[in-house]
Amino acid sequence: MTSSMLFNVTTLAYLISMLMFFVFLASKNKTVGNAACYIAYTGFIVQTVAIGLRWKESYDQGVGHAPLSNLYESIVFFTWTIILIFALIDFKYKYRVIGAFVVPFALLGMAWAQLGMNTGIEPLVPALQSNWLLYHVITCFLGYAAFAVACGISIMYLIKTGIEGSGGSASAGGLLSMFPPTKVLDDLNYRSIMIGFPLLTLGIITGAAWANYAWGTYWSWDPKETWSLIVWFVYAAFLHARITKGWVGKRAAWLSVIGFAATIFCYLGVNLFLSGLHSYGGGAK
Amino acid sequence: MATTERSFIENIWDFFCSLKLTMFLLISLALTSIIGTILPQGQLPPEYVAQISATKLQIYTKLGFFDMYHSWWFITLLYIFSLNLISCSIKRLPHVFKFVSEPTLVLGESSRNSFSLKKEIVISATPENGKEALNTFLGAEFSTPVITEHNGEYHLFAQKNAWSRLGVYVVHLSILVVFVGAIIGSLAGYKGYVSIVEGTGINTVESRNGSQIPLGFEVFCEKFNVDFYPTGAPKEFRSILTILENGKPVPGYSQVKVIVNQPLSYKGITFYQSSYGQATEGTEHFITVTSRKGGTPEKISVREGASVTLKDGTQFKLLEATQEVRQFAPGFSGPAARIEVTHKGFAPQVFIIFKDYPEMNAQRGDALIFNYDGTSAKMYTGLQVAKDPGVWVVWLGCTLMVIGLFIAFFMSHKRIWVVVSRGHARIYGNVNKNPAAFEMQFDAIADKFKQLKI
Repeated sequence: MTSSMLFNVTTLAYLISMLMFFVFLASKNKTVGNAACYIAYTGFIVQTVAIGLRWKESYDQGVGHAPLSNLYESIVFFTWTIILIFALIDFKYKYRVIGAFVVPFALLGMAWAQLGMNTGIEPLVPALQSNWLLYHVITCFLGYAAFAVACGISIMYLIKTGIEGSGGSASAGGLLSMFPPTKVLDDLNYRSIMIGFPLLTLGIITGAAWANYAWGTYWSWDPKETWSLIVWFVYAAFLHARITKGWVGKRAAWLSVIGFAATIFCYLGVNLFLSGLHSYGGGAK
Repeated sequence: MATTERSFIENIWDFFCSLKLTMFLLISLALTSIIGTILPQGQLPPEYVAQISATKLQIYTKLGFFDMYHSWWFITLLYIFSLNLISCSIKRLPHVFKFVSEPTLVLGESSRNSFSLKKEIVISATPENGKEALNTFLGAEFSTPVITEHNGEYHLFAQKNAWSRLGVYVVHLSILVVFVGAIIGSLAGYKGYVSIVEGTGINTVESRNGSQIPLGFEVFCEKFNVDFYPTGAPKEFRSILTILENGKPVPGYSQVKVIVNQPLSYKGITFYQSSYGQATEGTEHFITVTSRKGGTPEKISVREGASVTLKDGTQFKLLEATQEVRQFAPGFSGPAARIEVTHKGFAPQVFIIFKDYPEMNAQRGDALIFNYDGTSAKMYTGLQVAKDPGVWVVWLGCTLMVIGLFIAFFMSHKRIWVVVSRGHARIYGNVNKNPAAFEMQFDAIADKFKQLKI
């Protein structure tokens, strides 16, 4: 049993889960919805074991380190955190249908990682040999994942208000009946960002602390740092938008979608298109 | 005239207090920050200057786009942002303080209807006894109430986490604290760089703007090493440093290991392992030449780029040498040299000779076997140097921010009123955040109260 095999099982589980969520959307059959969720959770458990196993495998190879050191490992961890945050929201609020808009993000990540990336375990370069790696990566990605969930919920919100606003045909209305009420979607969007924002803040602070410890500068306007700050500004705007007239509802939902787009650019775009201190986070071949 | 003047000032004040300005600033900061991640910052690479048109270059330079995070307009945005933060807080804090310190102790008839959380419970005890029982009950279940008698009714008011309303202002303050820390750092600190050759010391460093800054002590590099993984990736850069005061090692600062992620601090100045290299000046490389026919090997010492004529008339030239050949010759490691050998009457041959693979060397060179023996070259260690007395203020600000965010997002101001009159007690609840969770708590308290059967 290798971690690589288990990661393939995980990807398959997320694929089946997503398809079943779509069937659930069309059929409104509760059993299908529950099954879709449980399959996603099964995938999550397998993925947890796989991450642990990869950690152990790195020690077997004599280059032991937490599996958070390159693009492949980070995207695997990212998908793991997405399902984790989804599970938290699911357990608390029990709106299964959100899975149809969140699991695809996880599937996309896993499929890309498994099919398009170098999966080998690499030794840690000196810059990454620090306990800060763990704190920094975990807080950042938990934050990113909460934003991913918020983005999925915002898309639901925009679909729902969009169709309802244009009169709403009977069939679309049928599909929409599965969606939580717009007020609930708006609230869940806010709650997800309320989880993500402090985590992103912690991620930026731990990154700054680490940079200060490793290079003597806590902030150097490196593209990655700057983009994380841009993301922070967007979500800060979102949080203030909620107490401003004229910014609630649709515009707030758009801010959440834009915020996640900026998050993805911060995570991937910076590594793929710009250069900077985080270039070792690359690895896409 | 006085009124227009006042209203002008009021307008300015309202402008700086407005949330619209906050939204504008947050979005502007986000959008403008993108520029600096796309355009090169600081010293422009010549390739970039070559590919961009002269007008563009001029406009971008004028607008400060090549150092945009320190440009006048970006700094201005940050100043307005700070003013906005301060004004908003000054405007709203007194209300919040009043709200917290002077709570509504008595619920008027009209305000009672506005509560979504309310329960009426029948009591058989007199209002006096009921009030006493409730006092103990609320004290145990929620928090100790304030009791006010009003129109023959008893009003009990209890609240929890009233100060959590200040959380958002803690966050606002923390941002200003971080700014103060950053300003202290930029005024009273510096960033610099120094390279120290093994076996030598330095007492000044070069700051980012090119000036030499005296340290007031000496940093001596005893040794520098690089370790590699079997794959060839670097594993550890390691400098052994000693701090000297008046030429004498400082106790506790002798032979200190400095690696990436493990800096050395002395007197508020910190040294970070950042780069390394080979000191090239005056470096000799040693090569042993053995004839396949036998005889005493010839030992030569030569500099990079220099030529030597060997005993048999062969021309020898050292093209380049490296102390780690892995990146040039995959599958090999250790020191190596690239040489050009011209046997008398033949065309020149160029090949690599190694220090650690004599069998490889033996396959080359025709009548002569060349072995690379190494170099007298010393390594130098490149250290980032930083002095930042403001960094602790920045960490203080960051800590405040995390605490403030936690309070602002996850703690709520919960309030419960009970109005006790003859025959019944009416209980009201209000919360500023997360109403669903408070509703459960409120229902549980009301149920428990009912079970008491006062």
